[in-house]
Amino acid sequence: MSAITGTAPASGEPERRTFLNWLLGSWATGVAASIFYPILRYLIPPDIPEAATRSVDAGKASTLLPNSGRVVAFGSAPAIVVRTATGDYRAFSAVCTHLQCTVQYRPDLQHIWCACHNGHYDLSGRNIAGPPPRPLEQYDVNLRDDEIVVSKRA
Amino acid sequence: MRVARVQAWLGERVPIAPLIEALRHKRVPQHRYSVWYYFGGITLFLFVVQVVTGGLLLLYYRPSAGEAYESVQFLMTRVQFGWLVRSIHAWSANLMVASAFGHLFSVLFLHGYRRPREVTWVSGAFLLFLVLAFGFTGYLLPWNQLSFFATSVGTDMAGTIPWIGHFIVRFLRGGDTVTGATLTRLFGVHVAILPAIATALVCLHLFLVQQHGMSVPPSIEEESRRSERPVATVPFFPDFALRDLFAWTVALAVLAALAAFYPWELGLKADPFAAAPAGIRPEWYFLWEFQTLKYVPASAFGINGELLVVGALGIGAALLLALPFLVPDRPSTRRALAWIAAAALAYMILLTALALRGSGGPIP
Repeated sequence: MSAITGTAPASGEPERRTFLNWLLGSWATGVAASIFYPILRYLIPPDIPEAATRSVDAGKASTLLPNSGRVVAFGSAPAIVVRTATGDYRAFSAVCTHLQCTVQYRPDLQHIWCACHNGHYDLSGRNIAGPPPRPLEQYDVNLRDDEIVVSKRA
Repeated sequence: MRVARVQAWLGERVPIAPLIEALRHKRVPQHRYSVWYYFGGITLFLFVVQVVTGGLLLLYYRPSAGEAYESVQFLMTRVQFGWLVRSIHAWSANLMVASAFGHLFSVLFLHGYRRPREVTWVSGAFLLFLVLAFGFTGYLLPWNQLSFFATSVGTDMAGTIPWIGHFIVRFLRGGDTVTGATLTRLFGVHVAILPAIATALVCLHLFLVQQHGMSVPPSIEEESRRSERPVATVPFFPDFALRDLFAWTVALAVLAALAAFYPWELGLKADPFAAAPAGIRPEWYFLWEFQTLKYVPASAFGINGELLVVGALGIGAALLLALPFLVPDRPSTRRALAWIAAAALAYMILLTALALRGSGGPIP
């Protein structure tokens, strides 16, 4: 600091060198920070607000035969509509609670199955076998004429 | 003790000690033209900026006619500092073209292409063409009106080449007209093919520059011979490296100021069925060719005018590439070459200025 205050020490050179190195170091830090800060902010994906989906049209009931299932879009996530062998309609989130694969209906087993890691759910969405830790979220199903309407439970 | 052991371990497996030793002894000539040595380094610096910002742009860009414009718009309005990254990429491209031309003409005027640096020259000339190709292919990617018509005109010029012209146009456009297929094609060229070739050529160019050292201009060599004093030099490290770093800092400051105060615009989305907007013109570094096209009549000496220009450009490019092999190393030919280079430079500057003033078009 003697370079600034002017009180020259006995050996002035090392002092001045230290000061210059410090100056060079803070300059380099400043440049690096002003480059990496914007890059870091740039890499963070911006939030895209999504309209919260409450209810979707899941196609015609007449084309969904008993003992079959259909995966439909529910907002940006898939949902599964199942018509049981007895003719009941059920709907769940189709996102497996294990590692987010999309589940399917197995007519041979008559329940919901996830192909990724052999997870099984019964027709109430309960995880009955395999790795899934939680049941599937269940949705309400209503029929409007021949249209299946799937909606989130309030 | 520990550090020495790690160094020894690394040194055995990554033997770069001879390289460091060579750099330690490397010296750079110091004379009144030394300032021109920095243009190559600045071009390299801007190339690195292009690689980094180009990689960042790829994270949000979508290369299709339906989404390209919207993805750039999203990047500029919703992504933090997205406008800055794009602006830096665009400005740095322009500065890189300018500094590459500065490098070319300084090497030409200082006669740095002479034996044994012929291959360095040829690789550098190829790199200049690559820089222009980068500019041409990158221009279309935002899919705005200006770039759409500029690409249409630019690719159409190739159609005047006899026999293979039609094939080349189709090859460049990925079809008969500029469409989404052209966008995908130029995108692939811009982000994969050209970078691969450019990186290899840059490595070769740098290797040769390191091997041969900086060229000393004949006039300085002559002076040193007459005064019987060797040309003064400075150590490459740290003296020259720090000066290079200073030049890069200046380049970065100019780039940041331009990008921040004059952000690159996006314009309107390309519409193939809209009329070309008035005042349409290519990037400034293609302006002199563009202006030449305006002056050449539709046909001269029984040859298509466009073909004359395209042919002349092709011959010019070939002469530029082969220059070290065409010019005998004699003072008289060197002087003649300097005059030719000055004339070419004056022509490019004059026609660019005329194009910027907007003259030369037929007025009804």
